[in-house]
Amino acid sequence: MANKVIYAVYEDPEQLKEGARKLVSNGIKVKDTWSPFPIHGIDPIIGVKRTRLAIVAFMFGITGTCLALLGIWYMNIFDWPMNIGGKPSQALYKNLPAFIPVTFEFTVLCAAHGMSITYLIRNNTLPGMPARNPDPRSTDDKFIIEVRTADNHGHSAEAITGLLRTTPVFEINERQY
Amino acid sequence: MNFSFSKRAPKVLMGVIALGAAATLVGIMGDHTDHHQRTWASLLVNAFFFLGITLGALFFYSLQNATETAWSVLVKRVFEGIMGFLPIGAIAMIVVLAAGSLGLHHIYHWMDTKLYDPSDPEHYDAIIAGKEAFLNQRFFWVRTIAYLATFILFARWFRSKSLEMDRMSGDTLVRTHLLVYRRSALFLVFFAVFSSILAWDWLMSIDAHWFSTLYGWYAFSGMWVSAMISGVILVLYLKRKGYLPQVNNSHIQDMGKWVFAISFLWSYLYFSQFMLIWYSNIPEEVTYFQTRINEHPGLMWGTFFINFAVPMVLLMSRDAKRNPRFLIGVGSVIFVGHWLDVNMMVMPGALGHHFHGIGLLEIGMFVTFLGAFIYTVLNTLTKAPLTPVNHPYLEESVHHQI
Repeated sequence: MANKVIYAVYEDPEQLKEGARKLVSNGIKVKDTWSPFPIHGIDPIIGVKRTRLAIVAFMFGITGTCLALLGIWYMNIFDWPMNIGGKPSQALYKNLPAFIPVTFEFTVLCAAHGMSITYLIRNNTLPGMPARNPDPRSTDDKFIIEVRTADNHGHSAEAITGLLRTTPVFEINERQY
Repeated sequence: MNFSFSKRAPKVLMGVIALGAAATLVGIMGDHTDHHQRTWASLLVNAFFFLGITLGALFFYSLQNATETAWSVLVKRVFEGIMGFLPIGAIAMIVVLAAGSLGLHHIYHWMDTKLYDPSDPEHYDAIIAGKEAFLNQRFFWVRTIAYLATFILFARWFRSKSLEMDRMSGDTLVRTHLLVYRRSALFLVFFAVFSSILAWDWLMSIDAHWFSTLYGWYAFSGMWVSAMISGVILVLYLKRKGYLPQVNNSHIQDMGKWVFAISFLWSYLYFSQFMLIWYSNIPEEVTYFQTRINEHPGLMWGTFFINFAVPMVLLMSRDAKRNPRFLIGVGSVIFVGHWLDVNMMVMPGALGHHFHGIGLLEIGMFVTFLGAFIYTVLNTLTKAPLTPVNHPYLEESVHHQI
């Protein structure tokens, strides 16, 4: 039996949530949902794992802090110590207040750029990447649930579509893959 | 549902107040400074700190109204409760200032009229005399009364409209809501000016030779963060007692975010003031930090560490902001940190070399004020339903989810 992927198309995010709840309560795993905008409260229904973006952001930020301090230390303390405003540069910690603005800015710069790039990579939206969404209408006015039979060995494709038909679904498409 | 005191709460609070008062009395007996300056300075610290909390709450409350924020509608009564302490804080503040005016203490050196008399070269102080147009007692009192009257009038008006809205519906409700919205915006205009100038008047003028243009915002951000901590701790306490059943994790997390964010605002302003003065190293400016760094380095750096590093590290994650015990613990630490910060603003200027750090007197006075503050706030909460009965955004606030 070939593996099938089922796309249930809805016209309204609330209807999609209703459909997703019904599937999950019957023990069917929802692979993903596709929608033109984020659907509020869908994550806990289909069991999306907690995002790790916050940790990544922190890593980018702390990298920026370290790089900035390292750079300032090398330039202003180690390689070419300068006496600015009567403050001899003998140690990083003695002049730290003067270096904080640059460190802060570089932290923000690294966090912001790092997160932008991470976002584009995770969404497969770097320039030139092929679009991944199964149905272009999901970028306009349709809301789509994706279910794979490979994830749901206890349920046949017919049983899943049958269950979906009991929800206010707009259309159901099946595809082999 | 109104809040009602448990049987134990008033007894505990009275015990706290009595304990604080006893410690204060013992402390006053050990206060050998001229004119009991240390006692007066300590009273000023606590009067300003707790009055500041009510002002921060009043500001946040009108900010929520003026921006028509929906999520905070469920907790607005808590902030009205905190505003209940405003008149008492104002009276304490007036007592300290009036005592200064009457010469009972010399915290405000500039109040001495001899400084302004050029024919008395022994006492004449050219720098302070140059500020006479602003720093004279008559104008000082006009300003002080203007701030306090404005704050109290607005607070009372907001409270009465909020209670009236509980009995309204339909068009009248929306009209009142829009009126509150406009008046809140008006209040913010007043507050923007007054919050800055009152910090100059009541705190910065202690070091009358010194000035910092950032001082007003710095003092204000301290008030604001203390108010947010008071708010979140109060909400968590009420929830634990079974009140505010509709307040969910998202509301708690949002309030935690405010504590986190305003801690950063405070750190930013504190550091901006410090860094510029430290860097330029101009004698007339740097004296302020020299006294503090040379004589009280522990308090100076400790305060900054508590108020910046503690919230940054401990409140950064989402889980921390949703964990009531953790939030109460960290909040309490920062709360004390901001009280220490007010000490840092007042004490070295008011006592000079006679300031030897925080002692029994300061702690006793703090505990007394804290007990009275909590009692007054809880007592205000008993007087109205904890959840607003009617508000255009109530439904949205109940379904708040982030």
